[in-house]
Amino acid sequence: MEVRVDRDRCVGSGLCMMHVPAVFDQSEDDGKVLLATAHPGPGLARSVRGAAGRCPGRAISLHADGGTGGADSTENVRQ
Amino acid sequence: MPRRPGPAPVHTRRSRFDPGAELRRLAAERPVTRIGAGPGDSEEYVWLVTGYDAVRQVLGDHVRFSTRRRFGRAAGTAGTYPDDYRPDDMIGQLMDYDPPEHTRLRKILTPEFTVRRIRRLRPRIEEIAADRLDAVERAGPPADLVEQFATPFSGAVLCELIGVPRDDREAFLRRARHHLDQGRGRQARAAAGAAFSRYLAALVAGQRRDPDDGFLGMVVRDHGADVTDKELRGVCVLLMLAGLDNISGMLSLGTLVLLEHPGRLAEIRADPGTVDRTVEELLRYLTVPHAPTPRTALEDVTVGGQLVKAGEHLVVSLPTANRDPALTAAPDRFDPARAPSAHLAFGHGVHHCLGAALARMELCIGYTELLRRFPHLRLAAPAAEVPFRLHTTAYGLERLPVAW
Ligand code: HEM
Ligand code: HEM
Ligand code: SF4
Repeated sequence: MEVRVDRDRCVGSGLCMMHVPAVFDQSEDDGKVLLATAHPGPGLARSVRGAAGRCPGRAISLHADGGTGGADSTENVRQ
Repeated sequence: MPRRPGPAPVHTRRSRFDPGAELRRLAAERPVTRIGAGPGDSEEYVWLVTGYDAVRQVLGDHVRFSTRRRFGRAAGTAGTYPDDYRPDDMIGQLMDYDPPEHTRLRKILTPEFTVRRIRRLRPRIEEIAADRLDAVERAGPPADLVEQFATPFSGAVLCELIGVPRDDREAFLRRARHHLDQGRGRQARAAAGAAFSRYLAALVAGQRRDPDDGFLGMVVRDHGADVTDKELRGVCVLLMLAGLDNISGMLSLGTLVLLEHPGRLAEIRADPGTVDRTVEELLRYLTVPHAPTPRTALEDVTVGGQLVKAGEHLVVSLPTANRDPALTAAPDRFDPARAPSAHLAFGHGVHHCLGAALARMELCIGYTELLRRFPHLRLAAPAAEVPFRLHTTAYGLERLPVAW
């Protein structure tokens, strides 16, 4: 699983780092998301999916490892 | 002077925990509806935006939808402000600014409101909660949780944040509450607003001279040259006003919801770790702000299938957006176990609530400590007699009589 974040969409809620600090961080500069890792292990998949679902900016997307980023490698994170 | 008569605007009406019947009817029919906005049969109107996707579109698009107030009785202007004019009491009020001005101000404040920074306040907020719960214990049973807990707790946390000394807090908070109370006359409200605004101006001046390590001191130290005293005063007033009624409304209404769902109460008591998701669901289910700052369309734009013309105004209903099935299944049910969803209780886009991390922490601490202190908390009045608070910008309870 690869996690990507779109900092243009991020509204700086800090929710993702609140719930999954192993994967997400929040910049002290602009309050927006930073990735602690783009490749969390499978054990974190469920929490990362939860973070993506809750993200108010819809800034978090999940992709299959090694995917090219095309639409078909993006999971539907809206649930 | 008595409040102007007539029914409350449709977007502020509620029915217990739900949006009002008329508001729900409008939301069910279409995502954007034209509603009258003037007295009687005047021709004034605004667009009421109720659908989840339409609300996201409007709040997420600061280029086409401005929050800046453009009308008023400004000196020397006939109704419409010139582009470079902002009335004195709006200076520093983030929600009145559009980017790039908004970006400049918000950037200065953001570092003080990150999750990490806010967590440093946790011990103080826990102490404040404990103090207030001591007061509840002394007052009852029965006791009014609104007067003894929800209101003073949210106020004390904000005073702590902006550094209002303990001795000044009571008078200061009373003025802030009076200013927000739509049940009071215009003059009384203006006088209260002016008084706490003056108090904050003095607080800001003090921090300029001799900054401490609180929020204001940090801002002055790190960004002193980029922000004026007037702007900082406005920021403080905004923090106070944005953080009082929202939090007290959530604490009082949320406690009532929990008392009506004993299973959830038991769950939080057994495992305080579950309080996070309960808070998140209460934020969505109750959505205490009726609406964020009204938006003005800067160009013609289609929203929810409706053409909105440049210059027209939009009122955005957050409670209906958060009860839209497009957001989550069975939205009218209170269900902390539902799949995580991107609710809009804190708004969206560049004006997304600056205090969201603080609000979430306050609410988690507030509910957890309340339930821990009173293992047998129960209503001390018939549920039908608990009065809902209508005359404020955020929904809440007037009183919540409890026993234990
Ligand atoms: C449950 C509690 C709260 C709720 C539901 C809430 C909700 C909101 C909403 C909906 C907005 C967007 C307004 C708009 O788009 O026009 C907002 C903005 C804001 N909130 Fe909150 N709020 C809460 C608590 C707080 C607290 C505790 C603080 C401060 C300590 C705060 C500070 C602010 C500020 C400064 C803004 C303006 C941000 C900007 O315009 O950039 N809020 N809030
Ligand atoms: C010098 C300071 C201020 C004065 C003289 C003042 C005056 C007023 C007046 C006359 C009203 C209308 C009362 C009515 O409609 O009956 C009002 C409403 C209000 N003011 Fe202020 N104000 C001041 C500062 C502020 C600030 C800084 C804020 C920041 C958020 C603020 C927030 C509000 C809100 C939320 C309302 C309620 C709007 C409503 O009724 O829906 N005020 N103020
Ligand atoms: S949850 Fe979304 S909006 Fe909030 S900080 Fe993380 S990426 Fe940004």
